[in-house]
Amino acid sequence: MKIAIPLDEDQTSVCCVLARAPYFCFVSDGISSIAENPAAQSQSGAGLLAAQFLVDQQTTHLITPRCGENAAQVFRAAGIGLYKSRPGSAQANLDAFSRNELEELTHFHAGYQGIS
Amino acid sequence: MNIAVLSGKGGAGKTMLAVNLAAAAGHGAYIDCDVEEPNGRLFFRSPVLERRPVCTKIPAFDPTRCTGCRACVDFCRFHALVYLKDAPKLFPEVCHSCGGCALVCPAGAVTELPKEVGSLELKNDGSLRIVTGILSPGEATGVPVIQQALALAQEPLTIIDCPPGSACAVMECVKHADVCVLTAEATAFGFHNFRMVHQLAVLLGKPCCVVVNKSDGVYDPLTQYCREHGLAILALIPNRPEIARVISRGQILCREFPDAMDFFRRLLEQIGGMVL
Repeated sequence: MKIAIPLDEDQTSVCCVLARAPYFCFVSDGISSIAENPAAQSQSGAGLLAAQFLVDQQTTHLITPRCGENAAQVFRAAGIGLYKSRPGSAQANLDAFSRNELEELTHFHAGYQGIS
Repeated sequence: MNIAVLSGKGGAGKTMLAVNLAAAAGHGAYIDCDVEEPNGRLFFRSPVLERRPVCTKIPAFDPTRCTGCRACVDFCRFHALVYLKDAPKLFPEVCHSCGGCALVCPAGAVTELPKEVGSLELKNDGSLRIVTGILSPGEATGVPVIQQALALAQEPLTIIDCPPGSACAVMECVKHADVCVLTAEATAFGFHNFRMVHQLAVLLGKPCCVVVNKSDGVYDPLTQYCREHGLAILALIPNRPEIARVISRGQILCREFPDAMDFFRRLLEQIGGMVL
């Protein structure tokens, strides 16, 4: 199991967005690491680029406040479980996840890019 | 000469102005590039002569040839491709049809397939050719439809009825223009968006002039802005119920009022003078 959470600049709190979060926190077998999100500054298609990064990192569970439709398609196809985060620290969310207290994320927003 | 009729704000009177300029000219082409809601065709009532589909290309991947090198995925700057379960997966609405993935694939696994995104409707109004770009509902961008509509601008005089705003679709139209006519609505909202589209036209190095529509007297910030930027206000179209009534019936002002015909012909000459 490898859990991912989008992180804010402070590298502690859950970021309010997924694709443009500055960092991701990964927790695997109790060992946590922090990685820069390659999609954070992407001009377009950030959701898909972030999703590709998380898939390539062999993420199995993602805890996030929100997620776009395109990225959700990728996660579904990759079999990654999606859980709705609570405001606060990544650690508090990991604790809640381990107690099975986080709800599954079922609502996905349309992409932000108009590509117009 | 290609004349782009623009306005930042929707409903400022682009189509009214473009249709009347075209009707006043009586020849050349009127191209409706407001492809999300083209309504210039409602004023020209002649039957449609031809409808042609507008297609873009989207990549298809041959799994028997794909080696999984990810060259296509890494190349796509729009991130329309995701490498998933040992194969590239396309997100068509993000794809810009650049063909790059097919070029970089070392295994020849990518072919490009046509995808219909809209259509062009062609008709004539006397010696005037009417081209309407129509974007299919749900499509993310009107740019391919606009490009193909503007490719038909072969006449010496083409009036381009642009989409509102100042985004990519507008840019595509401005690129084809020799001169930009900025339709301004004398309100704070109209003025704000007017400045945005003016900045875009300046950025693309196009000469601009201004027509103030629904004018209820002088709106100082607009007048001052035009003075500061050397923008000629060529005409003021008054806010009159009889004008609105004619337009709401789908009629062309310069065919209903003789003085309107003189007005738009003079305006056309002045606009033509901008590019000499």
